[in-house]
Amino acid sequence: MSMLELRQVSKVYGQGAAEVHALRDVSLEVDPGMMVAVMGPSGSGKSTLLTIAGSLEEPTSGQVVVAGQDLATMSRNGKARLRRQSVGYVFQDFNLLPGLTAAENVALPLELDGISARKSRDAGMRALDALGLADRASNYPDQLSGGERQRVAIARAVVGDRHLLLADEPSGALDSDNSETVMRMIHTACRQGIAAVVVTHDAQLASWADRVVFIRDGRIVDQTTPAPGPESLLRQQR
Amino acid sequence: MSVRHALLALLSEGPKYGLRLREEFEAGTGEVWPLNIGQVYTTLQRLERDGLIESDDDDERDSPQKRFRITADGEYELAAWLRTPPDMSSPPRDELVIKVLVALRVPGTDVREVIQAHRRYLVELMQQWTRIKDADAGGDLALGLAVDAELFRLDAVVRWLDAADGRIKRAAAEPQKATRDDLPRLRMRAGTAR
Repeated sequence: MSMLELRQVSKVYGQGAAEVHALRDVSLEVDPGMMVAVMGPSGSGKSTLLTIAGSLEEPTSGQVVVAGQDLATMSRNGKARLRRQSVGYVFQDFNLLPGLTAAENVALPLELDGISARKSRDAGMRALDALGLADRASNYPDQLSGGERQRVAIARAVVGDRHLLLADEPSGALDSDNSETVMRMIHTACRQGIAAVVVTHDAQLASWADRVVFIRDGRIVDQTTPAPGPESLLRQQR
Repeated sequence: MSVRHALLALLSEGPKYGLRLREEFEAGTGEVWPLNIGQVYTTLQRLERDGLIESDDDDERDSPQKRFRITADGEYELAAWLRTPPDMSSPPRDELVIKVLVALRVPGTDVREVIQAHRRYLVELMQQWTRIKDADAGGDLALGLAVDAELFRLDAVVRWLDAADGRIKRAAAEPQKATRDDLPRLRMRAGTAR
């Protein structure tokens, strides 16, 4: 079963002369353990695709299925629960709450979901530890570097039992070393079974994905074919 | 990379046999740019002839068993080479640029679709290089540096395609500005006016 499925999704903003087609008939499937990158220039519709996939916005037409559940058939509360329990978000500007420590930021989605503060904090610490940030747990966001903040944001996105990670230019504000660390983390999360969609205009970021989908003017126009293993590249060079 | 200077670099660490030099050269470049065996031995002969390295005088055996060491002249040559920037001033003849420029003039051709075909190919190549980097997990410094160089080079080409895509889209929206008079200048820049 796909973790995320978009079926002929369209999104139109405005009406009449001001009508803007942000997405046109977009279909996309992401299986557990897969990282899909959506690559396109700004204004191509890639961020809209992500917000619709994460049920933060409704499509104008088409179907969105997350973890086997059709979002259109779910109540508002049901969708909110799905977002809290199954979906993790990573944004370019980290979106950490400044008044909470790293550990509290990571534990927050679990606490909001009604899990006890202690259990949430334990799970948060485990997520931070897995990403090499245990010693930063009691630091506030403004005491962390940009790279560390984004790693905390990834810990928050994968904490608990999340199945779908949605990332919008996750390393857009970072230098190339930190970008690579962030992409390695998302890649590792996928190996552990999470499905990830990363939208970006950056080819180096996209190249971490199992599949790259190209979007232009709201339409998916192309995608990479499954690449042969690295051995072929080394052989080719000889 | 110049095999000549790579061998001088390996010998700067201390005297070595021909066979070991070949193995170290391959390992040192993370097997990204392997060379053929013959190249090592002919280059060693030339370096010896030029006085940049020397071998044990009485050793008549073939190169694999022969031991070489770097001379003072060789050390000077190596230090000078390390600090000499490679010539990057004149743009290489770029086949991809030419294809995109030609596509603009071929009736019925969707240039942006041509651009996308190249973009996809480049991103697929980048995926393969990234997999090599991922499999290594940062253990081999030389491999990491070589793969990064490839990724940044390919990335620059993708960025050029993205910029071209945007420029062509804007030009199509303002057709009066897109004239063919611009092309001779572009041809020069792409290195096609010879």
